[in-house]
Amino acid sequence: MNIVVCLKQVPGTTEVSIDPETNTLRRGEVKSIINPFDTYALEEGVRIRERYGGRVTAVSMGPPQAAEMLREAISCGADDAVLLSHPAFAGADTLVTSCTLSQAIRKTGEWDVVICGRQTIDGDTGQVGPELAEWLEAPFVAYVTAVEEVTGSTMRVRRMVEDGHEVVEMLLPGVISVVKEINVPRLPSLRGLARARKADIPVWTPEDIGLERDTVGLAASATKVVRVFFPERTRRGEMIEGDPKGQVEALLHRLRSAGIAPGRRDGDD
Amino acid sequence: MDYGLSEEQLALRNLARRIAEERVLPVRAELDESEDFPWSVLKDLADSDMFRVFVPEEYDGLGGGCLELCLVVEELSRVCSGVAVSYAASALGAYVLLEYGSEEQKQRYLPDIAAGKRLAAFGLTEPAAGSDVAAIKTTAEKVSGGYLLNGTKQFITNGGEAEIYTIIAVTDPSRGPRGASAFIVEKDTPGFTFGKKEKKMGIRASSTRELVFRNCLVPEQNLVGRLGTGFIMTMRILDRSRPGIGAQAVGIAQGALEAAVDYTAQRIQFGQPLISLPVVQQKIADMATRAEAARLLVYATARTIDGGARSFSEESAMAKVFASDAAMKVTTEAVQVCGGAGYMRDYPLEKMMRDAKITQIYEGANEVLRGNIAVAVRKRKARRE
Repeated sequence: MNIVVCLKQVPGTTEVSIDPETNTLRRGEVKSIINPFDTYALEEGVRIRERYGGRVTAVSMGPPQAAEMLREAISCGADDAVLLSHPAFAGADTLVTSCTLSQAIRKTGEWDVVICGRQTIDGDTGQVGPELAEWLEAPFVAYVTAVEEVTGSTMRVRRMVEDGHEVVEMLLPGVISVVKEINVPRLPSLRGLARARKADIPVWTPEDIGLERDTVGLAASATKVVRVFFPERTRRGEMIEGDPKGQVEALLHRLRSAGIAPGRRDGDD
Repeated sequence: MDYGLSEEQLALRNLARRIAEERVLPVRAELDESEDFPWSVLKDLADSDMFRVFVPEEYDGLGGGCLELCLVVEELSRVCSGVAVSYAASALGAYVLLEYGSEEQKQRYLPDIAAGKRLAAFGLTEPAAGSDVAAIKTTAEKVSGGYLLNGTKQFITNGGEAEIYTIIAVTDPSRGPRGASAFIVEKDTPGFTFGKKEKKMGIRASSTRELVFRNCLVPEQNLVGRLGTGFIMTMRILDRSRPGIGAQAVGIAQGALEAAVDYTAQRIQFGQPLISLPVVQQKIADMATRAEAARLLVYATARTIDGGARSFSEESAMAKVFASDAAMKVTTEAVQVCGGAGYMRDYPLEKMMRDAKITQIYEGANEVLRGNIAVAVRKRKARRE
């Protein structure tokens, strides 16, 4: 089994600022982590390899410092890793990101399954996985909660649907996206850390994966983020002080004057 | 403080801390309450290669020394020393093999211990032989096909859970301390059963049990080292493992110090955080100083051992005695500065105080070790060193 896991480095906190020029996240300022959903994808990839043999390759597109995240992936069980990093890749929307990743995955060689997290915690679109499957002309199963069995040509998985679970058999090669219920990701191992320290992580540019510069990044994106802003607060809560009886009266008074609650009835205190 | 740790040692410490905080902390109170053996945590430690730390590379280990083991034990102990001692006891059980085992014995047992597949344990103490170790009564009688073990070991850490036991037994009663030998006994050997599981004051996640031998036939090839050297090996092994108890104590002290600082910084009394009160500051300062001094003595001793010193009884006794006394003092003061909250089981400090006590008792009671230190000091004076 050749297993490819897609990982994205995301800001570790919610306190990120936005570049007003490009309307994209300023990534240099905050501590970065592996997108939490992707850690389940990596763990599942490693578990499939432990059951059926093969290799796990971690792939990421991002700034040069994303190599550190890929080293962490190796310390947690990935066999090797590839980083797509070049200024031209910057600012890609999901369509271009998935296209770029698909080219990179093809370049890694024969592959059987690609595993993605269900979505990232920064972009939150959940689009890259299914789009990637389209580019790779492969089947896609989303929200996988268990990989039940893998044969040479098929993979049976359980996926979450709104009111329960579905068991789906998919032809390989194929793409799945996983949810956090699927496993508990392991911590790094000492041998893994030693391997990660020594690992040679190739950095691929658009040329390396056979793409022209104007087909990647912000330049090629079908969608542009026009503006990112914090919504104005149109509704505000109000704390009503006082003892419970006084609070209830004050609340009723407000509701009545807003025409929401009925007026005073006989017998009301 | 700069401890002069290498990049690898720092990575080891960081990973041990991460395991402690992510995998041990959430279950600490539950393990203490239920006294359940922490198998899931030990599995995490095994998956992260922590049992490889103390095993040489040729047996699937990472070839770390005493200092590396101390770093792991300290970090685990900072969160839960019940978990830490279950881990460390496997190292102790493996030490006799590591130092004195034959190549064949090492190949047979060490890779599984390194992988964390099988836990090890060390069986020395008996009902009538605690500090007076030479009083052990368990016998190993030479018979055809091996040795027949009879007797009962008491208070054995990892008892019942470990699969590989190093047992010290008398092979020649007429020779006194030179009549004991070491044997590897595997769990499920006929005639080897477990007695009661002890209910303890602290380190309650760890398992402490009796080992009962009734005509237990151990094959000849399980004799470790030369016949009659059981006590000599034991004394040397305990010198080597004692800094680990020191590290356990340092971890407990560090955990208690941090918990006390957290609590006193947010607890408002007399209109200010407790930690702003000079009387609390004095205590916190002493606690921090004690913990740091203990850590430095433990690390220095571990480095002395790793540097290949021939004799280190005195140093390792000092490290264990000083650090365990520091842990007892620091945890007691931590409970005191946190007042009622320190005493309550919803907070971690009373557990740390209970856990600290054992470090003054096991692997050589502090009183016995002080006696050994005094003897060593006198000898040195006599040698004009």
